[in-house]
Amino acid sequence: MVTTLLFYAFASVLIIAAVGVIASKNPVHSALFLVLAFFESAMLWLLMEAEFLAVVLVLVYVGAVMVLFLFVVMMLDINVERMRDGYTRYLPLGLVVALVVILEIGHVIWYRSQNLPFLTVPEPNPEGYSNTRELGSVLYTEYVYAFELASVVLLLAIVAAITLTMRKRPGLKVQDVAKQVAVNRDDRVRLVKDDAGTETET
Amino acid sequence: MTALIDLLDRLIGVIGLPEFLHYVVLTSIKIVLVLVPLIIAVAYFTYAERKIIGYIQNRLGPNRVGWYGLLQPFADTLKMLLKEIVVPSNASPFLFFLAPLLSLMAAFAVWAVVPFSENFVIADIDAGLLYVLALTSMGVYGVIIAGWASNSKYAFLGAMRSAAQIVAYEIAMGFALVGVLMAGGSLNLSAIVLAQEGTSVLGWFVWPLFPLFMVYFISGLAETNRAPFDVAEGESEIVAGFHVEYSGIAFGLFFLAEYANMILITALTVIFFFGGWMSPFAGIPGLDGTFIGQSSFFWMAIKMAFFMFCFLWARATFPRYRYDQIMRLGWKVFLPVTIVWIAVEGVMVAAQIGPWAA
Repeated sequence: MVTTLLFYAFASVLIIAAVGVIASKNPVHSALFLVLAFFESAMLWLLMEAEFLAVVLVLVYVGAVMVLFLFVVMMLDINVERMRDGYTRYLPLGLVVALVVILEIGHVIWYRSQNLPFLTVPEPNPEGYSNTRELGSVLYTEYVYAFELASVVLLLAIVAAITLTMRKRPGLKVQDVAKQVAVNRDDRVRLVKDDAGTETET
Repeated sequence: MTALIDLLDRLIGVIGLPEFLHYVVLTSIKIVLVLVPLIIAVAYFTYAERKIIGYIQNRLGPNRVGWYGLLQPFADTLKMLLKEIVVPSNASPFLFFLAPLLSLMAAFAVWAVVPFSENFVIADIDAGLLYVLALTSMGVYGVIIAGWASNSKYAFLGAMRSAAQIVAYEIAMGFALVGVLMAGGSLNLSAIVLAQEGTSVLGWFVWPLFPLFMVYFISGLAETNRAPFDVAEGESEIVAGFHVEYSGIAFGLFFLAEYANMILITALTVIFFFGGWMSPFAGIPGLDGTFIGQSSFFWMAIKMAFFMFCFLWARATFPRYRYDQIMRLGWKVFLPVTIVWIAVEGVMVAAQIGPWAA
């Protein structure tokens, strides 16, 4: 009973947040609504006993990705009036896309409901069942090649992103901390004999 | 502590509530039992900070309110409660007030999984370590939203600095905790402490994982925006950073969240690396049966107090890092150190060397 109530509470907040993402005028508000939407879907996953996925969703998307996203959105100088210009022009196309998506979802639900196993409630996991442990043991045994492949692809993306932004320009001043630390007094201070005190002929 | 919880459990049982409500009431009492001492600890942590930094700088620190200034935190709180909260013009009012609440929520919610002794933890969940990481990473939202909603250049600069810093240090922190996870063999915080239960201090994870401990503690300083990594506040450069527009108790909430986070980092350091509630004198004959030899919350509090002192010590003695130096330290020093040590630890685990060899 309580779980059902919680589900409806989280789900309704999720839907409100999702509508807020596309409906709010200010892009920063949209991004914050997206954060809320991620958080609420994590809560829904928790209700489905997928605690590892829920926590990782919060950790990765809410804790890291959306922070950087907000970072960029806040820095942009967006003219809100200009953004709304194309609203009526793109509205028909948007409606068509929305209709197609609704039809597809409806089709999936109808198709699945034909042979019903989809609708039976799965057995709740026994006490002491560790979602994290189970996921780990499957990932590193049965799907180990796919998993390693995915990690190599990600590593490649990281390396590519870094090489793309590493430009060697001439005249670039780069700090070498080791050199700074190793500096001696003699490298920086030069004592000059000044004869300002002695009298000079004019 | 366990006896008290049992007693409460039976007392509530007398009323005869349904099982669900019974659980809710009992958990609420546990939450109060954690949060009220935490808030008092925060109050006296600010007092200790001013006293200790005062003595380090050859001053007296607060000594006017109460004996030796002991009532100073209460005077400060009262002052903040009575001050007017000014909302800047063109600020976003809802987000402006949401920001301190978000900071506070993230800072308090993590305490749910922190075990204080073998039997006292509010929620003994299986993915405790991940939960800690997820919620501490949410604390940054309070800072970012505060900086943006204030509609002030200084606040915004502070928020941007803080966001980049927290994201950078979280990765090193996460990797340091991967090492703890490998050593402890569990994501559950109580299980991690119990994995360090050995004959003596030598069983603590700080010895085999010393580089990770250093990375974790220094990242903890950076994560809580404390000196020497306090560029988000940076008084001499950007006034007070993200909370420059906040006054009264709205500012007080940020303060509370920051100090609660500091205490949290010390608690987690103790749990991950210093054997949590374990007594350091456990294996010594003659002390074994006594209070000193027994594991209890007393030991955890003492260890936490030591690291809290280290936080203040660092603030009083180190000059502030420049922003690019902070980034360099996080990405180019800590990250490689943790990755190398995780590899070393992997070899140690595979070769059965170390305290986890059993």
